[in-house]
Amino acid sequence: MNRLKNILKGIITDNPTFVLILGMCPTLGTTTSAINGLGMGLATMSVLILSNMVISMISGLIPSKVRIPAYIVVIAAFVTVVQLVMQAYTPGLYETLGLFIPLIVVNCIVLGRAEAFASKNGVAASALDGIIIGLGFSLSLTVIGFVRELLGSGSIFGFKLIDADGILVFVLAPGAFIVLGYLMVLFNKLKTKIS
Amino acid sequence: MEYIIIFISAVFVNNILLSQFLGVCPFLGVSNKVSTAAGMSGAVVFVIAVSTLVTYLLQYYVLVPLGIEFMQTVAFILVIAALVQMVEIILKKISPSLYQALGIFLPLITTNCAVLGVALIVVSKEFTFGSEPHMLNLAESVAYATASAIGFGLAMVLFAGLREQLELANVPKVFKGAPIALITAGILALAFMGFAGLV
Repeated sequence: MNRLKNILKGIITDNPTFVLILGMCPTLGTTTSAINGLGMGLATMSVLILSNMVISMISGLIPSKVRIPAYIVVIAAFVTVVQLVMQAYTPGLYETLGLFIPLIVVNCIVLGRAEAFASKNGVAASALDGIIIGLGFSLSLTVIGFVRELLGSGSIFGFKLIDADGILVFVLAPGAFIVLGYLMVLFNKLKTKIS
Repeated sequence: MEYIIIFISAVFVNNILLSQFLGVCPFLGVSNKVSTAAGMSGAVVFVIAVSTLVTYLLQYYVLVPLGIEFMQTVAFILVIAALVQMVEIILKKISPSLYQALGIFLPLITTNCAVLGVALIVVSKEFTFGSEPHMLNLAESVAYATASAIGFGLAMVLFAGLREQLELANVPKVFKGAPIALITAGILALAFMGFAGLV
């Protein structure tokens, strides 16, 4: 029961995107389609899980004054690993996400979880926390990508629904801000309904 | 002429905030008042210009000759973090008044993705300014970085002005805070799209 509550917390009440408003740059920059959003979410999730685990292991050894730079180095190392893996196995996705893969380093969610959770908890708990928060992030990115793809190019996960162009502005920059804004409104509405 | 094109393209056409989504966190976080937005922008311009200069030299004089380009992300973020710290210390000594104005924003800048983003764009992307595509040289890199940061500042100050007005508006409860700010940012981004094709 408690575990279920924790999972719901990561996905709904403490959703990194819609509630905590963290990691906005990749959220807006990569969600031109559902599949890109999902890819970015999963990449961030793998970095989050790995860095959470390592940081929970080494946090006792690091003097508290230099902990932030040390965490950043750990995160950057795993980002580089993920970057190289993606370059080798999913070159198409690597190409589209481009700059936003190295920028996972400065994603506030990853450093935030390292500081707030992983440095104070055990390895297994930190890994689970990475999975839950990562799921919440991936889910939000997929939803935003889904809406933008549907409106902007009239397709779902790459399958064309209508044989025409969509409303192009939703794939472009302004659409990202507007879709995210309205999704947040919807999320707030749902949350007040539930509670 | 080339530098004017770089400037216009980085400030208006490819604004890092509104068309490339770099630095959105401070954009939403510290844009409640025009004065704080201007302070933050000042600090960002300074840090981006200096850090791009250093990371450019690092890339072409250390990483490439040693064949360890894969260390780029780690090396760049370390340099930026150290640099921000150093700028803070130097500013405190040399110009306490400037430090007073920028001080609180400096630690925040390390995790501003615009800084790392611009440093990475400069060494990884080919640009076409007039002639055929080429990698930027040192002077062009710093010019591009400074112009990008000025674009960031421009968007930031404009947006803060809009948000000050929004404070007075009667916004529905579910739209309060971040949602209405994002929708406003969307409209601002639409306005900036008008510059497309200028260069």
